[in-house]
Amino acid sequence: MTLAEPVTVADWLLTCRGLTMRFGGVLALDSLDLHVVQGEILGLIGPNGSGKTTFFNVLTGLYRPHAGRVEFAGRDITGHSPQQVCRAGIARTFQRSRLCLPLTVLDNVLIGNHPRLDNGVGFNVFRRRALRHQFDEGVETSRCLLATFNPDLAARLFDAAATLDMIDRRRVEICRALVNAPTLLLLDEPSAGMTHGETRELMDDILQIRASSSALTIVIIEHEMNVIERMTQRCVVLNYGEKIAEGPFRAIASDAAVQEAYLGQAMTT
Amino acid sequence: MRSHIAVAAAAFAVGGVWLWAFLSTDSVWLFASLIVVAVLAFAFFQRFDAAGRYRRALATRPRRAALFAVLAVAGVAGGLRDQAYPLLMLCTVLLFVVACIGLNIQTGYCGIVNFAGAAFFGTGAYTAAVLSAHGVPHLFAIVAGGIVAALVGSLLILPVLRTRGYYAALVTIAFGILFSTFLEVNSALGGPQGLKLPGIDLFGWRFNRDIQLGGASASFYVNYLVLSLALALAAFVFARRVERSWLGLAFDAVRLDETAAATFGIGIARAKIIAFTLGNLLCGISGATYAMMQGFIAPNNFTFGESLILVSIVILGGIGNPLGIVPAALVIIVVPQKLQFIQEYRFLLYGCLVILILLFRPEGLLPRPLRNYFPESSA
Repeated sequence: MTLAEPVTVADWLLTCRGLTMRFGGVLALDSLDLHVVQGEILGLIGPNGSGKTTFFNVLTGLYRPHAGRVEFAGRDITGHSPQQVCRAGIARTFQRSRLCLPLTVLDNVLIGNHPRLDNGVGFNVFRRRALRHQFDEGVETSRCLLATFNPDLAARLFDAAATLDMIDRRRVEICRALVNAPTLLLLDEPSAGMTHGETRELMDDILQIRASSSALTIVIIEHEMNVIERMTQRCVVLNYGEKIAEGPFRAIASDAAVQEAYLGQAMTT
Repeated sequence: MRSHIAVAAAAFAVGGVWLWAFLSTDSVWLFASLIVVAVLAFAFFQRFDAAGRYRRALATRPRRAALFAVLAVAGVAGGLRDQAYPLLMLCTVLLFVVACIGLNIQTGYCGIVNFAGAAFFGTGAYTAAVLSAHGVPHLFAIVAGGIVAALVGSLLILPVLRTRGYYAALVTIAFGILFSTFLEVNSALGGPQGLKLPGIDLFGWRFNRDIQLGGASASFYVNYLVLSLALALAAFVFARRVERSWLGLAFDAVRLDETAAATFGIGIARAKIIAFTLGNLLCGISGATYAMMQGFIAPNNFTFGESLILVSIVILGGIGNPLGIVPAALVIIVVPQKLQFIQEYRFLLYGCLVILILLFRPEGLLPRPLRNYFPESSA
């Protein structure tokens, strides 16, 4: 898929300028300039420790950058708390599954819906009828969302998340990120711990979701290059916290700097 | 379903008789055999998942369940009507249930381990003592006990919010010790001698008067039993509603994974402050009532050791399940009292009992079931 018109700065949903993050002496992000175009799927790749997950953590407010600026949908969100970033419309999944395993599938999905739920003490304790109304809505939304991924999963709404297998847990995690209808979805290595078959299935699901809501923009961190090739329109390659290449997958795959970062320097005799 | 409810009603009746015998017996052998019977019955129900079936059937009729509980306790009260000591024990159990339900909101739901439960219980008690000495109406003194405990808690929450896990627990331990030491050295609050309190007087209903109904008479502790039972039921319903709501969901998310919770917009500090305040409110109310029932309080009622008893009730019952608190409180409060005939050995035996229970039921007597927001309509 290629964009029909040339992309202009006005189409940028997310813009980062000079983003810097230090851990002690380690520069995890080194004045990174990066943008995400409205509606695209951007692949974020790079060797282990190149700062991909750190980038997500800075974006979502888990870390405060030491320098630089993050603009999302025209607003400055630099240094905002995770809660504020969530409200701005950014949702994410985690590299290591972070579901609440003792809770039901429904509970896990609805945690993602938190900003829309009424959290007053009085409301929750005394207005049970109104709560019931919100609850029924929540069940319906979660059921529909899960069913687009896997109808069997929708039937297991009231089972503990701990009883699900890996791929279903990933699906629940993605549903949790999607339930609040974010504008930007950050996927941190969705294929981790899954077989190739499962990965393919999950990517089909994600593409299907995206087809049904064209407003969704996705940034995906992946190590599986066939996933990146299939899913993304554009890639950014990080190494030691710096952007070393940017462009369509085919272009960056043949880039000398990228090959060097992944495979080491070519021997010159 | 109907037959399940009938069986559950019968179980409440049998439980009432068992509780009556358990509280009133002076015979060692009867007491020992009652415990054996309870263990066997428990094992039997667990073995065939019958307990779960009846629990679910009752959950669809929460009012019916509350009625059964009230009737069972009323039956026990009738059986014990002139035995002051067993009645006092039962009241104590119910008031500790209220405090532990409070701790359970903090620890079981939101994951704030509070080793200063007795300090908040004591704050309520001392508030009630001071206020009632100044002629404040007793109902107000009890409510104020809860509110002052919640306010004192809002001081402690500051360091608790800045720490996690072991460190937060250590903060509460320090506070608990600070509290009882403060009471010891503070002569305005009676110092080590403590304070005396009047019996409760609610709108002319004087709790410390024996009850005369027709020709029959009953110990004045029946008054306190009525109040304690009402408080326990209210606390139970309250905790259940908190659990089965968005608030309970937010608490669970904070307990299980603060990072993920924050990423989905849940205010960590807000959730912890609410859980901590609600829990301390319940601790304070129960402490205030307990103090007025006892008529006398001293710093050594509210030591770190007492806090440990509150925490162990929550753990033994099954962390996060308010229902488990009831049998756990019975075990932890009544068993040492009943074993007084073996003097120092009683704590040995009692300790063994707790270890045995946790050996066979590592998640507590009644582990917390999955959340069901509206069980009454899932029939």
